[in-house]
Amino acid sequence: MAQPRPLSPHLQVYRPQLTSVMSIMHRMSGAVLATGSLLLAIWLMVLAMGAEFFEPLNEALKHPVGQLVLFGYSLALVYHGLNGIRHLAWDLRIGLEIKQVYQTGYLVLVSTFLITAALWFLV
Amino acid sequence: MAEFKLPKNSQIISGETYEAPINAANVKTFKVYRWSPDDDAQPRIDSFGIDLDDCGPMVLDALIKIKNETDSSLTFRRSCREGICGSCSMNIDGTNTLACLKSISDVEGDVKIYPLPHMPVVKDLVPDLSNAYRQLTSIEPWLKTDSKAPDGEERRQTPVEREKLDGLWECVLCFSCSAGCPSYWWNSDDYLGPAVLLQAYRWISDSRDEQKRERLDALDDSFSLYRCHTIMNCAKTCPKGLNPGKAIAGIKSEMGQR
Repeated sequence: MAQPRPLSPHLQVYRPQLTSVMSIMHRMSGAVLATGSLLLAIWLMVLAMGAEFFEPLNEALKHPVGQLVLFGYSLALVYHGLNGIRHLAWDLRIGLEIKQVYQTGYLVLVSTFLITAALWFLV
Repeated sequence: MAEFKLPKNSQIISGETYEAPINAANVKTFKVYRWSPDDDAQPRIDSFGIDLDDCGPMVLDALIKIKNETDSSLTFRRSCREGICGSCSMNIDGTNTLACLKSISDVEGDVKIYPLPHMPVVKDLVPDLSNAYRQLTSIEPWLKTDSKAPDGEERRQTPVEREKLDGLWECVLCFSCSAGCPSYWWNSDDYLGPAVLLQAYRWISDSRDEQKRERLDALDDSFSLYRCHTIMNCAKTCPKGLNPGKAIAGIKSEMGQR
């Protein structure tokens, strides 16, 4: 009796490339934003509860861990926003040639880095 | 739910090593996925040392050389050896392509060869493409008409109408794109995948076809078409330089316009 057929390897062997890596980053940044929006809502609720609750929360956000959370949220926001423009263009059938996909991909990555850096160092 | 890890019976172990002839000066190692239904063994990777001075330039040449000279049980599909039959599609050096169109010299280091990803394996480099073929059948890839041909003989196209099929008709159905699409890996039951959708668009775009509406209706559910997230691995990997992602964007656009 023949053995059941194995499944050929996929993620294990497929070369990561700009196309797939930026796609999974888009999804992950989307997940970060969804979670972040919840935290933002909590932050607003605490703000409404008055200074005695709000002050300790603000202190916590100045802590390195709090700063890391804020940095992650800002990075995800900028990336997801910029890459989202790319997706909107694709839905209008613009920029779908592989060469353009790579050009706009690198543009999004560089812009994400610059804009996030500007947010943190200039604002 | 997407299963990222390989099932237990699919995990790969290391296999045999076959050295190149001692006097070979220009040796390249080919690491090839092996699995046979005839024993209880796990899939394994065999290493074959190949003397490139005594081998054709393409990866398919090396596979044929291995089969002729080292291990006649090595199993793979091939026919035309010039990129027109679409038989020898496989995963080479991390991306899907046709072994006959892939130069050995384009690969740095060892040449790693696997079957098309996320497919049931029949033997060695031969995947079971039944699901993909069933999906191709489902889009009814033939001209469908209700009216009689205008002159009773043939349906003519203007050069402009004919041009709309360029970039679509050239597909050789090797399924490199579908097997390189993560979305197809996780949803191949319901998502048709880039190769079949490119074919769907080929018939939707045909000026002679009279069932465009029905064709679009058939794709109008949440999985068949819309599991495409414009990852674009398909266009990146197509050995014929076609762009299934762009074709799918075309279908989405047609959906939006009706």
